[in-house]
Amino acid sequence: MKDKNREAYKEEAYELLAELEESLLALEASPEDEELIGRVFRAMHTIKGSGAMFGFEDIASFTHEVETVFDLVRDGQVRVTKDLVDLSLAARDEIRAMLEGDEPEDVHQRPGIIAGFRGLIPGAAGEAGSGPAPAPPGEEDSWAGAPATYRIRFRPAADIFLSGANPCHLLNELRQLGDFNVVAQTEAIPFLADINPERCYTSWDLFLTTSRGFDAIADVFIFVADDSELDIQMIDDGTADRGDYKKLGEILVARGDLDEDSLTRLLAQRQLIGEALISTGLVSGDKVESALVEQRHVRAAQKKRQENEGAASIRVPSAKLDKLVDLVGELVTVQARLSQTAINFQDSQLTAIAEEVERLTGDLRDNALNMRMLPIGTIFSKFQRLVRDLSGELGRQVGLITAGAETELDKTVLERLNDPLVHLLRNSLDHGIESPEVRVQLGKPARGKISLTASHAGAQVIIRVQDDGRGLDQEAIRAKAVQLGWLAPEVEISDKELFSFIMSPGFSTAREVTSVSGRGVGMDVVKKAIEALQGSIEIDSQKGVGTSITIKLPLTLAIIEGLLVTIEEDYFVVPLSVVTECVELTREDVARAHGHKMARVRDEIVPYVHLRERFAMEGLPPAIEQIVITEMNGSKVGLVVDQVIGEQQTVIKSLGRVYRHVAGISGATLLGDGTVALILDAAQLVQGQAGELLN
Amino acid sequence: MGKVIMTVDDSASVRQMVSFTLQAAGYEVITAVDGRDALGKLNGQPVHLVITDLNMPNLDGIGLIRQLRADARCKFIPIIMLTTESQVEKKQEGKAAGATGWIVKPFQPEQLVAVVKKVLG
Repeated sequence: MKDKNREAYKEEAYELLAELEESLLALEASPEDEELIGRVFRAMHTIKGSGAMFGFEDIASFTHEVETVFDLVRDGQVRVTKDLVDLSLAARDEIRAMLEGDEPEDVHQRPGIIAGFRGLIPGAAGEAGSGPAPAPPGEEDSWAGAPATYRIRFRPAADIFLSGANPCHLLNELRQLGDFNVVAQTEAIPFLADINPERCYTSWDLFLTTSRGFDAIADVFIFVADDSELDIQMIDDGTADRGDYKKLGEILVARGDLDEDSLTRLLAQRQLIGEALISTGLVSGDKVESALVEQRHVRAAQKKRQENEGAASIRVPSAKLDKLVDLVGELVTVQARLSQTAINFQDSQLTAIAEEVERLTGDLRDNALNMRMLPIGTIFSKFQRLVRDLSGELGRQVGLITAGAETELDKTVLERLNDPLVHLLRNSLDHGIESPEVRVQLGKPARGKISLTASHAGAQVIIRVQDDGRGLDQEAIRAKAVQLGWLAPEVEISDKELFSFIMSPGFSTAREVTSVSGRGVGMDVVKKAIEALQGSIEIDSQKGVGTSITIKLPLTLAIIEGLLVTIEEDYFVVPLSVVTECVELTREDVARAHGHKMARVRDEIVPYVHLRERFAMEGLPPAIEQIVITEMNGSKVGLVVDQVIGEQQTVIKSLGRVYRHVAGISGATLLGDGTVALILDAAQLVQGQAGELLN
Repeated sequence: MGKVIMTVDDSASVRQMVSFTLQAAGYEVITAVDGRDALGKLNGQPVHLVITDLNMPNLDGIGLIRQLRADARCKFIPIIMLTTESQVEKKQEGKAAGATGWIVKPFQPEQLVAVVKKVLG
């Protein structure tokens, strides 16, 4: 976009320079022609103004000098002479050279031209010095200190509406800065007969607690500050000790609504001060109301601050927490060894201690892991903005509904969940939700809906992204899969299996490439990211109705529930989250399958991976082997092992650099007796198998 | 939603940048090359906001603001003027004529959108 703008600017600038030359030559012939002078000035003005905007700062600052002089010519302070025309023509050539951007040796001309123009300014005393530009409104104020409370009294000019400004917008803008209270002051509103509806009679007392600072508030009023009465006072700097805020009377005195003498006199009467003030007519009801709101607002702000302090949380670098979790992992391992030893010794005293340690270690583990848990809402909030911006960009109307923001996940899982979720939301927006016109034609509400929900289910977290868009086109996916040779035309497969094709690398049915998706990472990257988190992903969709994508994730990556199995003398762990059942595999079963690696499980044909072969292990398999059936993305695949030992709390240790990329292994763990067991990456093993099946 | 903004500028590159930025932010944009063109195009067509340059041929920004404010239909619409930092007195003149706010050139697309949101609410 920026380059496009620069090109457009260059083109325009060339045109303006051509016109400028023409005007200058004509001006030499008729130096008094105001129309011509105006044209020269405007050309220079545009070259300068637009130049600065599109990154031609050198042109802008150079042209500024020329423009300054022609501004004076316009005002009649400088006369058009042959010198001026010569100088201007030289300047024009200089600008052209700058536009072409290839004149390093000519640079020395420039100071001469600039000096020439400056010399033409009568009483040249740096009049044209361009002061610092005022801070542009709306700029992000990154400064964020302790929240302070401000009282803002805003009385707009009576004719504020005639400048096109709307005070309500200003109030709404303030509201976005922090906790906000408004009290309208309506005393100045005349009787109905006298009201001129084009005038503004109301003024406002506003109370705002914000950490954005004074300037952010002043910025809100930047366009109206000159004509309005505006008084911004900090009334609580956010550090004051607990204790009550000022009394009502004191507030009014501090604001100048009431003088101290009257207050002392009234206080002597020992009535409720507010009522007394109104009944004596000293202060209007509006003003008392405003002071009361101020009192409540500041008290609430102070209370909130106290509560925050009371919660007494401390910030700890996350590395320290990670270290703690690591140590707890080691402890769990040692504890398992202790329990094992106690059983071997058959000593009741030792067993009692071992059980006590087991219980304490379990609590310690849960607590340590809990410390790293963060509510998923911390990433949800970013998505509201994302959806809002994207729907604008794509011309969609979409509302994002989130639920389960309080669902907690391990920090490390959460960090790596952000990108996949962003991608899923973008997909929903870009390929899912139709444009408002199309939706109306289809009888759907013009505004599309995307819901993002998170919930706990046992030791898993389930995250669902659901939209009410056009859904997936089964036929198109099927056709594409057949075309890619991934699916034989006559094969019937379930929708779930069909949809899982779109998560394979190299598969895309998107007909057009938009700026949002279609050229970025695809669903295969999302799937990979989720699998790297030991999670699974599933797509469900109905054409015309919508798509629902379900992600299942373990609560934490540090410790998982695993199924301990053996092949020969070696131990392996399969994450329990993907295991559905274990069945036996006999030699007869193998013989019956005629060399195909398929087993019949409850009337279902399940392909399997023979791990003994896969890992090239020596020795003969036992007569009866075990198949651990795993289910991922809606399809079942078995892993064949010698023996299934049982469930095992598995503390995951990452592998060293050399082994880290071994396919099919995601980590290792230590067993109670110190033996190493490798943790199987079921997804990778199964993927390898799928490739073999096709070949 | 679907708000219409008119941008008036004799510089084609500024017009392009302004309309591109605002369209990307979801607004509908009408462009005009100077004040006279703007008045012609506005005739009878409601807009929610006018963004105008000040230095233009035929009818300049100040003149445009004055004429808009004199028209009952356009009396209360927000008008933003584009100024350069050297035009302090122009800014005052524009305010007096009835401009709602201003943007100092050069500006970034984000600043433009921020100001538009500010006055459109």
